[in-house]
Amino acid sequence: MTSNSYSSATEHAHEPQLRGLKRWLLTTNHKEIGTLYLIFSLTMFFIGGTMALVIRAELFQPGLQLVQPEFFNQMTTMHGLIMVFGAVMPAFVGLANWMVPLQIGAPDMALPRLNNFSFWLLPLAFSLLLSSLFMEGGGPNFGWTFYAPLSTTYAPPSTNFFILSIHLAGISSILGAINIIATILNMRTPAMKLMDMPLFVWTWLITAFLLLAVMPVLAGVVTMMLLDINFGTSFFNAAGGGDPVLFQHLFWFFGHPEVYIMILPAFGIASMIVPAFARKRLFGYRSMVYATASIAILSFVVWAHHMFTVGLPLAAQLFFMYATMLIAVPTGVKVFNWVATLFHGSISFEVPMLFTLAFIVQFTIGGLSGVMLAIVPADYQYHDTYFVVAHFHYVLVPGAVFAIIAGVYYWLPKWTGYYPDETLGRWHFWLSVIGVNLTFFPMHFSGLAGMPRRIPDYALQFADFNLLSSLGGFLFGLSQLLLVWVVVRCVRGGKPAPDNPWEGAEGLEWTVPSPAPLHTFSTPPEFIPERDSPSRA
Amino acid sequence: MSGSYYVPASSKWPILMVVVLAFLAIGAASSLSFGHGFGLFIAGLVGVFVMMFVWFRDVIHESRSGLYDAQMDRSFRMGMAWFIFSEIMFFAAFFGALFYIRVFALPWLDGEGAKGISALLWPDFSASWPLLKTPSDAFSGPVDVVDPWHLPLLNTLLLVGSSITLTIAHHGVKKDQRNKAKLWLFLTLILGFSFLIVQGIEYVEAYTRLGLTLQAGVYGGTFFLLTGFHGAHVTLGACVLTVMFVRLLRGHFSPRSHFGFEAASWYWHFVDVVWLGLFIFVYVV
Repeated sequence: MTSNSYSSATEHAHEPQLRGLKRWLLTTNHKEIGTLYLIFSLTMFFIGGTMALVIRAELFQPGLQLVQPEFFNQMTTMHGLIMVFGAVMPAFVGLANWMVPLQIGAPDMALPRLNNFSFWLLPLAFSLLLSSLFMEGGGPNFGWTFYAPLSTTYAPPSTNFFILSIHLAGISSILGAINIIATILNMRTPAMKLMDMPLFVWTWLITAFLLLAVMPVLAGVVTMMLLDINFGTSFFNAAGGGDPVLFQHLFWFFGHPEVYIMILPAFGIASMIVPAFARKRLFGYRSMVYATASIAILSFVVWAHHMFTVGLPLAAQLFFMYATMLIAVPTGVKVFNWVATLFHGSISFEVPMLFTLAFIVQFTIGGLSGVMLAIVPADYQYHDTYFVVAHFHYVLVPGAVFAIIAGVYYWLPKWTGYYPDETLGRWHFWLSVIGVNLTFFPMHFSGLAGMPRRIPDYALQFADFNLLSSLGGFLFGLSQLLLVWVVVRCVRGGKPAPDNPWEGAEGLEWTVPSPAPLHTFSTPPEFIPERDSPSRA
Repeated sequence: MSGSYYVPASSKWPILMVVVLAFLAIGAASSLSFGHGFGLFIAGLVGVFVMMFVWFRDVIHESRSGLYDAQMDRSFRMGMAWFIFSEIMFFAAFFGALFYIRVFALPWLDGEGAKGISALLWPDFSASWPLLKTPSDAFSGPVDVVDPWHLPLLNTLLLVGSSITLTIAHHGVKKDQRNKAKLWLFLTLILGFSFLIVQGIEYVEAYTRLGLTLQAGVYGGTFFLLTGFHGAHVTLGACVLTVMFVRLLRGHFSPRSHFGFEAASWYWHFVDVVWLGLFIFVYVV
């Protein structure tokens, strides 16, 4: 931007360190903003989790015990919205904020003020969303997919608050994605080529492109809802020539890439941790990159597999079925590469590795039930049952959330300067694994037997499976308090961690001190591809 | 690449922008849902413009005092380019909706093809585009639609012309011919604001003479959705170009460093291209 060419005058604009609340409100530091994102995500995880426990408590036995059906609908809706947009997505953005600049040798994100803005939009968006629960007519009750006309003609009056909160969260995601792309493409230490980047950076680069492509479509579809509700248009109303199915096409054009937005960075985390604890370089680095890109591209041509039962033409059903099954190929490449990395490795089982191994197994279970759901005639049976709930929870909770937790345990020594407590971590891991599988595995059976989702009451034959799911849900939910305990203890102290706390871990983030000082890499660090690249021969 | 990095100082504008956005969002949602809060919405809207002004003012000051390096410049370029990409996807959703309605939804309502069973809903309905008669009497379609070869054609000439004049102005900036740049940017602004006036006249005609309103079935909805959001983007682009004009008058921009100007012109060309799509698919075809 300047007419002069500067080299020596380009310094950190250091200023006196702000204190208290002001420090956090004004911060443009990627580490502080990353911390804010992670704390926000954890808060939302517990709010959304509490709603899940309301659902599981109601479903503990048949009949209506605790809540009214109307409130139950609000719980299923808000639980989904909060977990997707408030917990999982911000957690990955928080990890990206913390780790991407450290992994590529950058001093900060490319656009630090925009970064501050992106974060602070989120508390606003979710305050709006949560406040609608206390309004006349209640909060959103139409499911997290907010299908028209449930979300237009039959929606509660507070729906406009929901729409604006989605707009704000969407702006936050778009600006965050722009920032991550500019950071990765522009701020790498000079010797690091694209094919030398750690896979967490690669998966986030691809995820950012997905966000840029689909969050505007979500903004478009909620805008059309707003017009239908308030201004008398008929986009989703057949009486005026519109079509409610149009809503589903637009929503899922956003929604399917969205599910990969929530899993690709998890693949990146697993691809960092598996090599570190197998003490081997990642098997098939390049194929990992190409597989991630293939999954991202395919995610744009599979959206209608969510809509097989709405009345699609046969040709469309066939196309979307085969395109969906095709995604199993690059996903299979990834799982194969992780297993091949483990093969003949010197594996040790610290807590990050435990969560990652569980992630690989459990995510694969969720992926396989996805292939089942992709088959059109079978989907006619599974659609809108608990089998679908089991499927997407397996990829999201024992999948994405486990990967996030693995990443937290893996990078906590870098953030705090101390190792997380290994014993407590193991307790957390085993209780979580037992709890999560007890919750979601029985749902496969209740779903196959025909139990519909989003229903507060159910027939007697589903009672045993639901009882197990509810017990598991409370076990899993309560054991997450252990995570908070581990993190708080780790911030306060513990066994001091060296710069590189893990024997086999590689990457620039381990060359800076633990805990990482507020400002790192004010000059580009040395990076020798033949020695440091994860793709080196 | 230089030996060290530039990292901008922290700023209070982002968080204040969130505060005014809170006014805007709460005011908008509350007035739509419960009928009060419109004043808060307006306050928020004004606040957003004020915050954009002061935020960009700081960036311009920093840029002109030579704080930014080539790397920062690249970050700005990438940021703007990918922002425009996200805007393209926003319009893509609306164009997709238009195509889906025309190619699938309406013919099926008329009984065509494998999904024609939905014709049972309104047996008398016959699909056509423009859709003058909606399936149900609950919505009344437009009496007539806008003739593409009058005002919309004029608007096409205005907007395409403005892209050309803007390019000439850009060449002026690059060659340090400042008077040339000022003249052609001024012409661009006249063409741009003329477009908005013509669009306004067209809207008034649509509402008063043609019965073409937001409520006029799905034709009215898609018409105003696409042209309305495009018009909003032209308005924003024209405002940004006005700022660039003022900056030009004040002696900003050098032949080598004028990314603010360039970003504004990228944006303007983008709204121009969207208009060409609108002219073809909303008005003509």
